[in-house]
Amino acid sequence: MELEKFELGATPLKDSAIKEGKVLTVAKKPNLKYAWDNGPAIGRYLAELKEGRIIARKCNKCRRIMIPPRMFCELCWRPTDEWVYVEDTGTVNTFSICYVNWDASRIKKGEKPHLPAVIEIDGASPGMGILHVLGEVEPEKIKIGMKVRAVWKKPEEREGSITDILYFKPVRG
Amino acid sequence: MAYQRVAIVGAGITKFVRRAQETGKELAAQASKMALESCGMTMDDIESVSLGTAPDAFDGVHMKGEYLSDGSGGWRKPYMRQFVGGGTGVFAPIHGWYHVASGMFDTCLVVCSEKMSSCHPHPQGAFKTIFDHTTEQPLNPTLIWIFALEMNRFMQTYGITKEEIALVSVKNKKNAMDHPAAQLPMEITVEDVMNSETLAWPVNRLDISPASDGAAAIVLASEHVAKRITDKPVWIDGVGWNLDTAYWATRDLYYPRYVEKAARMAYDMAGIKEPKREIEIAEPYDPFDYKELHHMEGLLLADRGEAVQMLLDGKTQRDGDRPMCPSGGALGVGNPISATGLMKIIEIFLQLRGEAGKRQVPGNPRCGLAQAWGDLMQVGTVVVMRR
Amino acid sequence: MRERVAIAGLGYTAFTSVSPGSSYRELTYEAAVKAYQEAGIEPKDVDSFVCTSEDMLEGYSISDEYCNDQLGAVLKPAQTIPGDFLHSLAVGVMHILTEKFDIVVVQALSKASNMKTIPDLLNFAFDPVLNRPLDVTAYAVAGLEMNRFLVEGRATREQCAAVVVKNKGNALRNPLAGYGAAITVDHVLDSEPVAEPVRMLDIAPYADGAVVMVLCSEKLAPSLTDKPVWINGIGWASDSPTIESRDWSDAVAVRLAGDMAYRMAGIACPSKEIDLAEVNDEISFKELQHLEALRLFEPGQAGKATEDGKTSLDGTLPVNVSGGGLGVGHLFECSGAQKVLELVLQLRGEAGSRQVPGAGVGLAQAWRGIPTTSAAVAILSA
Repeated sequence: MELEKFELGATPLKDSAIKEGKVLTVAKKPNLKYAWDNGPAIGRYLAELKEGRIIARKCNKCRRIMIPPRMFCELCWRPTDEWVYVEDTGTVNTFSICYVNWDASRIKKGEKPHLPAVIEIDGASPGMGILHVLGEVEPEKIKIGMKVRAVWKKPEEREGSITDILYFKPVRG
Repeated sequence: MAYQRVAIVGAGITKFVRRAQETGKELAAQASKMALESCGMTMDDIESVSLGTAPDAFDGVHMKGEYLSDGSGGWRKPYMRQFVGGGTGVFAPIHGWYHVASGMFDTCLVVCSEKMSSCHPHPQGAFKTIFDHTTEQPLNPTLIWIFALEMNRFMQTYGITKEEIALVSVKNKKNAMDHPAAQLPMEITVEDVMNSETLAWPVNRLDISPASDGAAAIVLASEHVAKRITDKPVWIDGVGWNLDTAYWATRDLYYPRYVEKAARMAYDMAGIKEPKREIEIAEPYDPFDYKELHHMEGLLLADRGEAVQMLLDGKTQRDGDRPMCPSGGALGVGNPISATGLMKIIEIFLQLRGEAGKRQVPGNPRCGLAQAWGDLMQVGTVVVMRR
Repeated sequence: MRERVAIAGLGYTAFTSVSPGSSYRELTYEAAVKAYQEAGIEPKDVDSFVCTSEDMLEGYSISDEYCNDQLGAVLKPAQTIPGDFLHSLAVGVMHILTEKFDIVVVQALSKASNMKTIPDLLNFAFDPVLNRPLDVTAYAVAGLEMNRFLVEGRATREQCAAVVVKNKGNALRNPLAGYGAAITVDHVLDSEPVAEPVRMLDIAPYADGAVVMVLCSEKLAPSLTDKPVWINGIGWASDSPTIESRDWSDAVAVRLAGDMAYRMAGIACPSKEIDLAEVNDEISFKELQHLEALRLFEPGQAGKATEDGKTSLDGTLPVNVSGGGLGVGHLFECSGAQKVLELVLQLRGEAGSRQVPGAGVGLAQAWRGIPTTSAAVAILSA
């Protein structure tokens, strides 16, 4: 068989066909809501964020200090052993300069690009990073390996969320 | 009742388009019909049906596998959906493989259908909810972040430039000029890629495959049935899959360990000792241009950091020593997630049979591979095929 | 003769209306630790992991991503089936029958309590163009089906209510069950109407829980367990997903899945050879419809048999002695897992005060729920 010998399916439609009503559509915005149980590990993680601290869990077998914290070590297959506070500083493992919003719309003129980064947190085991965003930095000055520090919301504005850290900014000097 | 050898005996595909008039069900039916016709079979000959399709959020239907079942030929059959994110398309023949290899069935119709255009304003939006609901989604991430973060880490580790990586996009979009299902066949230059809109540095618009609607299907048969149907069966000799931790930010993204593990599983089953020598042609997953290089390394088809040199030397061109994505890949043919993986399987199927038309690579290859990747940079799926 | 597949390890949580102390990760971890311990294995011994999840039940776009850490399945062959646990069990069986895998772990989880808009979620499973705009509750589909079932004289309204009375009564003997109650037929008939003839007490209430099982090949079984339970047959099938063109009184997919499983298990006369059954009872009448589709009773006879006590704990064919969905709770994709779990306990003689004497061959059946027509069946023996 050769593909060229077949009449292939799928009829392309132009956007205009929909906009002009030549093709009818049915729209529905789903009402799907969830309230996820955090469990002890992420529950404590969020509670500590509210207090302006970052907490991790340690496995005494592989000796990894893990962030985000977890009640079991997925590699050693055993319960983790203790809570360990880690620093609110870290190192940029990788980053991006992003001009697109989550829904693929473009950022508006004059808006600053999103600066997502994987940040290896000081005090956690090497390579233990979290996803967050960078701030107070010119995009072109960001470098892999750069030291950064968390900038927190004011205590009264924190709500026990990863966004209680507004962003990470470069450590000067 | 031992392990049965499994062959691909027929294939079907729709055009990959940005927005299809057809529903997901209809696309599935079109691809299935062509697959059956290509080997002179009917639904009556099919004992089991396997569906692959990516997130329900695209179509906006809960339990999408149920919704697509009649279009996929699942009516009153043992019908089952599998789902491993972006790896689904190459997992599809694996899912079908164990249906038949187990001895439970002699035939299996494997269908992958994707209708991404239903999701508004853009299918990208559906990807926000692939991130951890508590520790990541509040940051409003987009899928492009993870690619940008991974690409940056990959470039930094080996000192690879964006210009070098752009060559993958140039190659694949050109290859797609010869693919009758292709959505984005183009002759472009590295400069075109570099000058295209920066979406999330280092990712530009032309580094990315397009969102698409489309479907693909194959027919699998046990050895004794396959030999009745065709004198050109293509054998599934090795399958492998592997899933890394969901804590993706705790891994070094420069190297896909999960792809290597999946490849080793497939090579082991196929008795392949030297993949660089024995795998003559491959379709690594290329939703973004750097991924082709990343995956070639994970597949052990290039040493770490060396895939880019093979590209620069022209070895991965269709007439090169080790053709990669001769179909045009996701970058050129289009990326209706699950259907893309199966499109890659079909390309190797056709290439090994010498039926790839203008895309045919020289040298009568006997052994090829297709691979897909997905989830949070986490899953690898690999199929080794021989004629 | 085909090689048989054994269930060599069993792990589970209790089934509860809420589980606020654990995330989905800890819930599965709890079940997995128990299952591996029972089989004396570690994750590194496992050749493949099969997880069960459906994106919109978990609230993720690709729920597969989050399936493996809590099973210890990092950098292992792991995959997800968006189906019932019984579909995943079928995958595990197929893996082992290829003789390329010796030990396979199968998992399912329900965090129903975390889904805050279940009626909208079920509605979202309708055909987006033809059905959804009508804005009817998904339970209306159950109402249509039950009405047809009653009008065709397949059972009486009271017989359907008797299923609820029996199953909630059985659940009182099951320490894992959350919805046991001593009620009467009148309680059911007088409960709030949902989609007539379906009333509130006809519907299985939602529950949380996790189940993990360790499967292994026949040759490996003696080294993992001294009380293997064998999967002799497994089958699955789907009927028309389209509301407009399905059979409204017969559960065709259940019949096809059952026949496939019987064929594989070499069962010629199900009603004589099956000692106990755990069938889907998400809505009361479904238990009767499913029993008939499975050829365990003649069409129109399951209702009377229920009234006569034949499907009770001490009857000739005990059905849903665990309490079923009505007594244990509706667990979404984990529903079939709870049924297999009950059979394993019964076939090992570990079911305590609800033990069925001499249980030798059991049947578990799952249906994917409203508005689907997909079903799966497993035949197990000691």
